Amino acid sequence: MPRGFERVHSIAGRLGMPLLALALLLALTTARAAAQENGQDRIKVVASFSILGDLVKNVGGDRIAVATLVGPGGDVHVYSPSPADARTLAAARLIVLNGLGFEGFIDRLVQASGTKAVIAIASAGVTPRRTGEGGAVDPHAWQAVANAEIYVRNIRDALIKVDPPGRAYYEADATAYLARLDRLDRDVRAAIATIPPARRKVITTHDAFAYFGAAYGITFIAPLGVSTESEASARDIARIIRQVRQDMVPALFLENVSDPRLLQRISAETGTRIGGTLYADQLSGPDGPAPTYIDMIRHNVSEIVAALR
Amino acid sequence: MPYDFLVAPFAEFEFMRRALVGVLALALGAAPVGVVLMLRRMSLMGDAMSHAILPGAAIGFLVAGLNLFAMTTGGLVAGLVVALLAGGVARATDLKEDASLAAFFLVSLALGVLIVSLRGTNVDLLHFLFGNVLALDDATLMVIAGIATVSLVALALIWRPLVLECVDPGFLRSVSRAGGPTHIAFLALVALNLVGGFQALGTLLAVGLMMLPAVTSRFWARDITAMVAVAVAVGAASGWCGLLLSYHAGVAAGPAVILVAGLFYIASILFGRHGGLLRRMFLRPHLEA
Repeated sequence: MPRGFERVHSIAGRLGMPLLALALLLALTTARAAAQENGQDRIKVVASFSILGDLVKNVGGDRIAVATLVGPGGDVHVYSPSPADARTLAAARLIVLNGLGFEGFIDRLVQASGTKAVIAIASAGVTPRRTGEGGAVDPHAWQAVANAEIYVRNIRDALIKVDPPGRAYYEADATAYLARLDRLDRDVRAAIATIPPARRKVITTHDAFAYFGAAYGITFIAPLGVSTESEASARDIARIIRQVRQDMVPALFLENVSDPRLLQRISAETGTRIGGTLYADQLSGPDGPAPTYIDMIRHNVSEIVAALR
Repeated sequence: MPYDFLVAPFAEFEFMRRALVGVLALALGAAPVGVVLMLRRMSLMGDAMSHAILPGAAIGFLVAGLNLFAMTTGGLVAGLVVALLAGGVARATDLKEDASLAAFFLVSLALGVLIVSLRGTNVDLLHFLFGNVLALDDATLMVIAGIATVSLVALALIWRPLVLECVDPGFLRSVSRAGGPTHIAFLALVALNLVGGFQALGTLLAVGLMMLPAVTSRFWARDITAMVAVAVAVGAASGWCGLLLSYHAGVAAGPAVILVAGLFYIASILFGRHGGLLRRMFLRPHLEA
């Protein structure tokens, strides 16, 4: 009898800790659910990657809650979605994508999530560039500020469509932000004008700056194609090294989400110095040098100007 | 003209010379290991091991972030643990080594994917672990050369019991107790060479430079020493031709090297001196009848 009692007692003791943990967990989840209830009145918007998320935030302001699928530092080219992403999509009212083939994963993910959200392509209306003759479409259109302005207008229209009562709010935000982008565009042009034309050449890891280069008159050369996924051949690298030697390219730049070793090799072999890190496909974290789109462009331009001037 | 085609790329570009040195060092260490694997009927072990290293790389990533050294060490440790567990289970129970290896590498792979998902990162970890044969820096070259050196010395030390165990494990057990330690040391060499190969070739294809020259050598040599010599030569030639192919045809270097090794293998199936198809068809062995 006493032994049996002891056993029951010890079982209760052993159950005590997990039970306590369970209770805590329950309390936490209800608290979290309550917090989500509070956010319910905001329009839920999903952007595919951090740069787009920043643009959406600037137009939607406090009326919306933005989630990004691929956060700062992630690589959209090789991203594979998780179940949590499908859940985020299912809850969204609006999904903003870059388009131009950037989010290769998205169609299946949207279907799998069963979301009823409106899907907006931010790059609609941008003149697409192709890589070489008959090459793939280059998705990195946001690198030219003029294109980002098109993105912002598309985002504004999409938000108005999803949330008509907010029309005035979105229009005011978009207009203010567009004015900031205009100023950014002028600043970029002024900064680049300080570089002698013959020195406006830069080497980067993957081909992400064609729009930027075309808009502002800088030649970008990259061993990898428009996607970070491809592998460079010996011929590509030899071609770039020869080009660097002949054309006297003043600087190489690393990118925030690419493997630096290839460019370090090219730098060592040509004696060209590494100018710094450019942000191509993603923003930095909040503490980095490029937490927002405008910061990113300003950071890239100041790095380029410092290295080329 | 042949100079322009065969030598000039290496003379002009340092990255080509480095790639060549890396591939040669890899062939030197990995090919003998491949020959022994083949003789032990463990030719597919390399593939299994290449997946088994993921949890180690992932833990290295969790501890130190995208740090090459931590991830390589982690991968090496995970590969060793899986190899040792598989070898140990095969020796202690009735399960055959390939079966226990299959079980352990799958568990290890699943663990790796799970750990990666915990962090919720979108960076392809294995991809990061892979170097690029065209971008070998000093540190990576030292690692590859070091692995080749360690492999050759270790193989020389354990060669007799290792070969004996391939041929007649029962006999070895009756005359010596070196079988177990030898086997474990050999498994460690496999893991070491694979991780080195990933650094050098930049893809899972690194296993190819271990196995393809080894299975090719079977068609050209009968005794194991000659096999090793042929395998190293085939591996080195594949590296050289593959890099030239990448240079002249503009294709990715890692797959080019392995495909050239594959061509050597197919040619050997046809023309090989021992058991090649042509020889079988036209030259009947004289002991027949």
